[in-house]
Order: sequence, then C-alpha cells, then structure tokens
Amino acid sequence: MAHLKLFGTIFGSTFKKPATRLYPFEKREAFAHTRGMIKFENAKCNSCSLCQLKCPTGAIKVDRMAKTWALDRLKCILCGACVLACNKAALSMVGEYAGLQVDKTVVVEIATGGTATPEKPAA
Amino acid sequence: MEQVEIGVVERGELAAKAAEMARSGARLVAVTCTSLTDAFEVTYTFDKEYKPTHLRVMVPRTDATIPSITQSYFCAFAYENELQDLFGMKADGLVLDFKGNFYRKAANSPFAEPPAGPKKAA
Amino acid sequence: MARTIIPFGPQHPVLPEPIHLDLVLEDEKVVEAIPSIGFIHRGLERLAEKKDFQDMVYVAERICGICSAIHGHAYSEGVECLMGVQVPRRAQYLRVFLGELSRIHSHLLWLGLFADSFGFEALFMNAWRLRERILDVVEETTGGRVIFGACKVGGIRRDISADTLKRIIVELKDIEAKCRPITAVFDTDSSVRRRLEGVGVLSAAEAYSLGAVGPVLRGSGVAWDGRKLGYAAYSELEWTPQIEQGGDCWARCKVRVKEIYDSFSLCYQSAEKAPEGPVDVKVTGFPKGEYFARLEQPRGEVVYYLKGNGTKFLERFRVRTPTFANVAPLVKMLQGCNLPDVPVIVLTIDPCISCTER
Repeated sequence: MAHLKLFGTIFGSTFKKPATRLYPFEKREAFAHTRGMIKFENAKCNSCSLCQLKCPTGAIKVDRMAKTWALDRLKCILCGACVLACNKAALSMVGEYAGLQVDKTVVVEIATGGTATPEKPAA
Repeated sequence: MEQVEIGVVERGELAAKAAEMARSGARLVAVTCTSLTDAFEVTYTFDKEYKPTHLRVMVPRTDATIPSITQSYFCAFAYENELQDLFGMKADGLVLDFKGNFYRKAANSPFAEPPAGPKKAA
Repeated sequence: MARTIIPFGPQHPVLPEPIHLDLVLEDEKVVEAIPSIGFIHRGLERLAEKKDFQDMVYVAERICGICSAIHGHAYSEGVECLMGVQVPRRAQYLRVFLGELSRIHSHLLWLGLFADSFGFEALFMNAWRLRERILDVVEETTGGRVIFGACKVGGIRRDISADTLKRIIVELKDIEAKCRPITAVFDTDSSVRRRLEGVGVLSAAEAYSLGAVGPVLRGSGVAWDGRKLGYAAYSELEWTPQIEQGGDCWARCKVRVKEIYDSFSLCYQSAEKAPEGPVDVKVTGFPKGEYFARLEQPRGEVVYYLKGNGTKFLERFRVRTPTFANVAPLVKMLQGCNLPDVPVIVLTIDPCISCTER
C-alpha cells in the first residue's frame, strides 16, 4: 500500500505562493457576465413597469404616481429577467457585489437622482 | 408530446401488483401523490433496465388509506411515511412507521388540500 | 447489554447536511439508526401553483446549491417534453457541457467533505482549491458560481462562443492534470484505505432492492446510469457507466473519482461536437398533460413529475431527488457499524438534504 501520497503536494505548497487572496488589499476581478448587482440608471427609465412584471420574486416595485423605483435586495435573486425586459436599457447587471445598506429596500426617485444599490467604497 | 403510459390499478390489487413487479426484477423509483378535489392520485413508478412502468391508484378523500408495499419493497417506507406526513393518508401494514414524525413540520398535512387554481387577474 | 441513544445532527461539526439520526448504540456499535428530516422543508412543490411555469425554473434551480444546474435542466426538459417543444441542438450540447461541469464541481466538493469526515483536512483543502478553478470557468460562462441560471424553458439563456469554448477546454485540460495527484491519494493511500475499506458494505442485490441510485448503486456493481436514457445530447456521446464491485465506502469513492474523469471527457466531446445555431426557441402556449422526466444528477437519478392543466400554473410539480431514494440504503448500512464510522457512511451516500426536503 502506498504511504503519505499527499506529501509531495503538501511539501510543494510550503514554497508556492498562498492559495488565498489578501482581501481587502487584493480584490478579485469580476468576469464579464458575473451577476453581482442590479444597476438602475434613473435618467433612462420611463416607468413602464415591465421590470416589475417580469421579476419572479416581486423584488421591484414601480410607483407611477410617486415616480419612484424600489428594489428589495433581500428578495432579488440576481436572475437578470428585469435587465432583459427593460426596453430603455435603464437596468444592467454589474459584476461587482453591492455594498452594505441598512434598509432592505432603497427607493429611488426616477429622473432626479441616486442609485438603488449602493456601490462599494473604493479600498 | 411524448405519451406516458400509466396503468390504473385498484387499491385492493396494489400489494399483489407490487409483489409481481418485485419478482420480475424491477426496482421502485418513486411514489408521487397529487391532491385532486375529491381524491388523491398516487402513482408508483418502477424501472427495469431503463424502461419505466407507472401504476396509478385513486384513493378517495373520505377513506384515505392505502395498502403498504413495504413487504415487497422495503425502501417504500420513506415514500409512504411522506404520504402520511404531508397528505394525511394512512398506509396499512407499513413496516417502519414513524406515525407522522418522519418530517418535522409546523402544520399537519400541509399538502392535503388541492391547488387553488389560477386567480383571476386583479 | 444496555443500549444508549445518541442524537446525531442536524448541527454537528462533521455533518455537512441537516439530517437527524437517532443512533441506538450497544457499546461502540450502532444497532440501528432512525432518520428524521424536515429541518429545511420549504414546500417548494406547492409554489408551482402560484408561479408562472416559466418562472418556476428559477425556483427549481434553487432547490439545491450543489446540484443546481441539473435541477434547472430537468425542469426545462420536463416542461419541453410536456409541451412538445423542440430545443435546438446547440442548446442540448451546451446543457450537457454545463451539466458535466456541475458534476465535476459536485464530486470535487464531495471528495473534500469526505476527506474531512475521516479527518484528512489537507486533502479537503486541496480538492476544494481545484474546485475553485472549475467555479471560475462556470462564472465566466454563466455568471454565477453555484447557481448557474443557465437553463430556461426552450433552451439556454446565454450562448458560449466557439472561441470561449476552445479556451475553456485548454483550462480544463490543465485542471484535469492537476486533479490526478489528488485523486491518486483517494485511490491508493494506505491511511485512506484503512478508514474506508470494508465500511458500510452493501451487496448488489441489496442495493438494487433497496432502491439505491447513483454511485451508491454503481459502487455495488450494478451498472445503471440515468444518462444512458439518452436525454439532451447524451445519446450522441461516448462513455460507459463506471462500476466497482466492492460495495463499501472505498468502492463508492473510487466510482466518483472515475466519474470525474468521465465528465472531463464528456465536456471535451460536447464542446467539440456542438453544432452552430440558435440556442433557444420561443415557447408559446401552456403545458397540458403529465410527464415524468428522469435525469442523472451527481448523486443519482432524479425524477421530475410535472402535470399541467392548460393554465400558466402547473397543477403538480414533484421532485424525487436521489438522496431521498438513498435514505433506505443508509439505514441499512448504518446497522452494525462502529460509531466513528457513522459520518463516513452518512457522507458516502452524498447527502443533499435540501434536495430531499425541497
């Protein structure tokens, strides 16, 4: 029977660079299609609410009267159905993961400003 | 659409049919139950050399008991305990009976009522 | 001799899945084991009555994190056969490609957890380090690391270009070469063999009659592989189901190791043979009728029963996952084993309790 078969790999690991990344000093590059977070560009939105219709979990709420667009991040499963549905390209899927926010839902006013998912602070 | 052949079996002959399938060398694949308005539709799927055989038993809601096939297929105890726990049916002659405790759940028989059907658009 | 009952699970350092077992012990030998599940029962089957059948594919994928790709594939396959939708050939080949990548990642994950269950942490970490590279390939093509989000009713959501496929094949060949020293440890190392040989023996007849599926069945010598049913593009690819005769934990481990290399070969074949063309087709109408879809997940055969009644909600959506079918062989294998072998045996059926309880 063979003994200590993993010894070669373990011994080699002593001299190679570590397999882990020193986050937050080294950040990982996202791939082109990574589903990180939904980015909403309020200037392009025309409140057609197709995104609300297509969302499978009901995470998006569009209020035409009050002119707001809200995303409940705890319900969002990052499937991208809203991105495909939007005719105005106001929604896009970005590779970075979203930063912290205290409220479950952030309400954005359409045509005045702000983002629904906060960007991560730069290191 | 590919046709699925489902043989209908009376409740009384189920145990005999299961023994016959066991003798022919088939293995039990799955037991599926659907709640209909006035009955439970229980389908037993067997497989032999990649060919499936489906047997269906209709169980009326008023008398929701089903004879157990654990004598021929011991592994059916998991499926029949699931029928007891989630649908509120009773399996007669179950070899390993958990008496409703196989699944830890908050409510009794959560799957027993039939689906409500599509709501009219609000 | 007095018997003690030890409750094992659902929270236990070595148990990766929330299953509860009441172990009845005499001294250090387990006399019988009584399973109990239900800790993560989410009632996903009833959700089909409230969600559009096309949106249910998202729910089906999220039944389990490890076997997610094939759940999505099985659901899409079931609805497509129910409605008579013909999926383009390129989509079939790419589904096979992604499914086999998912199988490699699942088996590498299992190899790591298995090594952890008998205390070999270095092997666990090395197996998972390789798995990270597979997940990078998946993230590059589909966008998600474990929840692929690749299949939809009618095809796949995003195409993979021929150049990307070529580059991925080169990467996969490198990963396969790095896999060899790790899997050689499982196959030949003496300390691994001493923990696994002769533990949890299941004869071929017992495995078959108890309804075992997947590597549990193949490790006992029965050559049954759901991919031979010929769904997707499997009827046009070449491989043979891997079997071992031992019927013990070591045999099941060797079966999974061989399946990893089979999956690499299937990935290369499907990437080469994928024809040009569209990757999805428009789906109109509603499902009506019933259909049983059977696919091979990394853990065994999964059965999807779909019943439609002509509306956009399915009347019944039922999933019989492989771990559910392996509960009976697990109870049989635990009888007569030693207490320290219990985690090894529980892990050898590759439990995935979130699948079992949906």
